[in-house]
Amino acid sequence: MNDIAQSLTKIVGEAYFSDQPEEAYFYARDPGLMPPHKPDYVVVPKRVEEIQEIVRLASREKIPIVPMGAGLALTGLVIPLKGGIVIDMKRMNGIIEVNEGGRYVIVEGGTSQGLLKAYLEKNYPRLRHSIPDSPATATIAANVMIHGQGRLTQQYGFNSDMISGLEVVLASGETCRIGSCAISPDWFSKGAPMPDLTGLFLGWFGATGIITKVAVKLYPRKKLRDVEIFITDREDLIPAMVYELTHTEMVEDINVFAQPKPMIFKDNHHITMFLTGDTDEEIEFKRKMIWHALDGFIKSKDGGFMGVPPVMKPTLLETPQRSVSRFADVKRGGGFEYSGPIIMVDKYAACIHKVIELGEKYDLGYSGMARIIGRSHAMMYGFAFTFNRADPDMMDRTRKALHEVSEFALEAGGIFWKATVDEQKMAMAKMDPNTLGLMKMIKENMDPNGIMNPGNWEVD
Amino acid sequence: MYSLKFDENVCKTCPTGDCLVKCQYLEVEKETAIAEMVKIGQGEDSFVLHDCVTCYACEEYCRRGNHPFYLITERREENGILTSPRAITKQWINIGEPQGKFRLGDVKERVLSFGFMPEFLRWIKGKLFEDVMPSFIFGQEFFCNVVYIHFANTSIIKERLPKVVDNFRKLGVKEVIFLHDECYGAFAHLAPAYGIEVPFKSVHYFEYLYNRLKELKDFIKPLNIRAAYQRPCSSRLSSDKHHFVADIMELIGVDLVEREYQDDNALCCTGIFSMCFGYDLAHDVQKRNIDDMVAHDAEYCIFNCPACQGSIGTQVAKRGIKPIHMIHLCRMAIGEM
Repeated sequence: MNDIAQSLTKIVGEAYFSDQPEEAYFYARDPGLMPPHKPDYVVVPKRVEEIQEIVRLASREKIPIVPMGAGLALTGLVIPLKGGIVIDMKRMNGIIEVNEGGRYVIVEGGTSQGLLKAYLEKNYPRLRHSIPDSPATATIAANVMIHGQGRLTQQYGFNSDMISGLEVVLASGETCRIGSCAISPDWFSKGAPMPDLTGLFLGWFGATGIITKVAVKLYPRKKLRDVEIFITDREDLIPAMVYELTHTEMVEDINVFAQPKPMIFKDNHHITMFLTGDTDEEIEFKRKMIWHALDGFIKSKDGGFMGVPPVMKPTLLETPQRSVSRFADVKRGGGFEYSGPIIMVDKYAACIHKVIELGEKYDLGYSGMARIIGRSHAMMYGFAFTFNRADPDMMDRTRKALHEVSEFALEAGGIFWKATVDEQKMAMAKMDPNTLGLMKMIKENMDPNGIMNPGNWEVD
Repeated sequence: MYSLKFDENVCKTCPTGDCLVKCQYLEVEKETAIAEMVKIGQGEDSFVLHDCVTCYACEEYCRRGNHPFYLITERREENGILTSPRAITKQWINIGEPQGKFRLGDVKERVLSFGFMPEFLRWIKGKLFEDVMPSFIFGQEFFCNVVYIHFANTSIIKERLPKVVDNFRKLGVKEVIFLHDECYGAFAHLAPAYGIEVPFKSVHYFEYLYNRLKELKDFIKPLNIRAAYQRPCSSRLSSDKHHFVADIMELIGVDLVEREYQDDNALCCTGIFSMCFGYDLAHDVQKRNIDDMVAHDAEYCIFNCPACQGSIGTQVAKRGIKPIHMIHLCRMAIGEM
């Protein structure tokens, strides 16, 4: 065992350190299509102080470090592109405080979405957070780090808009609190009314610091939840339909999907909307408002509410929805990846045309899914392809299709979400040079040794 | 090509105009009713073609067998007058497309048709069906496709129904007991109206249940409950079998409440209304219907059609009335549930 290994073992304990090939194999890859690259070491710390020591060691020895949540981004964000130390955050899974009156929760950097959901349901049944549709093991800190979206995104924006404080370990090994918690014992604001410094960390994929605590806002959890699906064969009308729906301010979450299989979904676009209420009367009032908002489209026969069969509802109402995982195995072999640019809602038709074109061109199973962000302010459009991991040719075709998606998205005015390294380069090539210069200055100042998740957001 | 047997002169000499006069969704006087149906028969436009909500009831109201609803449907299709949003129609047509995923039991000359309703795969068991089961068929290949008259699309029926008939023919069945009365209506009513030959005897499951219950009368324990009956749209295609509802209730000791919206006056479950016409019509009809059940102290709401039960079963239950399918009710009467 070399000196680095010995030092890391001393920091986290023997049971939570590895430099063995089994762990190296596992931590070299994520479930997506990015090529693997092995780390030299894997550590699973339990305390912030351990992370501080690891970072100081890495800084002193100029060893790359990659913080990792559940590793589910699919775009290779936690693949250690230059080797070094992967810091697996899963043991830091505590729920530190729920402030019921102030409706926020402080969790550790490795706390999972599923754990928080279960904890709130058991102990604070009137509170909820914006849970994404990733598997329940996905972590809260990683999700806000990548500007994830969740069930409350149509109402409150990106999940990163819902945070109310951070604690980070900087490249120097120092901890730093961001937001009201920097001054006050209360974690109620991520910045306002002071300068908002969260932007130094969010979206940087760990290239400027490691989130060790995050506070996220909680929202009312109503007793009842229901789902309606409005379908249309006019993709060009989707933006107008979504606009009318968001105008009602009666909907919890809005997703739009189109896919060729099973037959029930063929040829149409499906606006799935969720509504909540504490009473049947509240739900019915919202339902009426929603239906009336789309009445014009029903009268013109351009769309209608499909009857959602009772057997379908539990699947739709699940949070997170497991149907996403089922889609991943359509081609058998469990391969699934999507590119999900953030783009204007008025690009919906262009997006679905592109996903169909690419699905046919590369002979891939496909699905197009949009999650509305804010009151129709933007959408995440998921160009999703499913492939067989045992079929290298199919995987190659998927890579090509995704590359074309990236080119299309940028051309259409979109911005890559959880961008791959290649997409980061494409984005920076198109970026305003002064913005790029600012990013370079931030990165160089915050990570002077270039050890923080190197390969990501590197400005040449 | 199959064509509808419609006689314009039957309408011209109609003494009542009942097809439209009795309609619960249109306000029409006798003279107007007759005049409009003649216009429709002659290929002219009519407000009926635009305002009909596709409840099927005029097929029953016309006691002269002239198929007013099929005619309205045909003319709508010819003139591109949509009843439902295009997406809804496409979705339903896609759902019904045969995909080779049908299921066959141990098919004998006498067979139960589950149509394309998966509920029956779970529901059909016990003494009531032991003299036929496991002889059954299920799947799109045996789906009657009649639902498309809601969507003003008879061409898909004319295209698919003969193939469905052929699928039955290939199985060599002699008698088919249909567990969904839309399917029964297809083979006993619609197919003859279009000149489609049906090579087997069609049996409505109400008639089958009635006869089985008589055979099992020693097992029957009167239920002594008050129930409302939710009559489905497709029951209008087989009104000669409607009496079996009362007959079965009498056999199993169910007091069928005498409410406003029953028999001729039955109201739609609104599943189709909401898809085709939006919130207001569906909500109004559903509310009146369930209010009527409540006002007459119904303890149970008996469903004939699983789709109706899916549409308003929850709403009925929320008003304190237990939703139950006819099959389950009969099984309950012989102590199986």
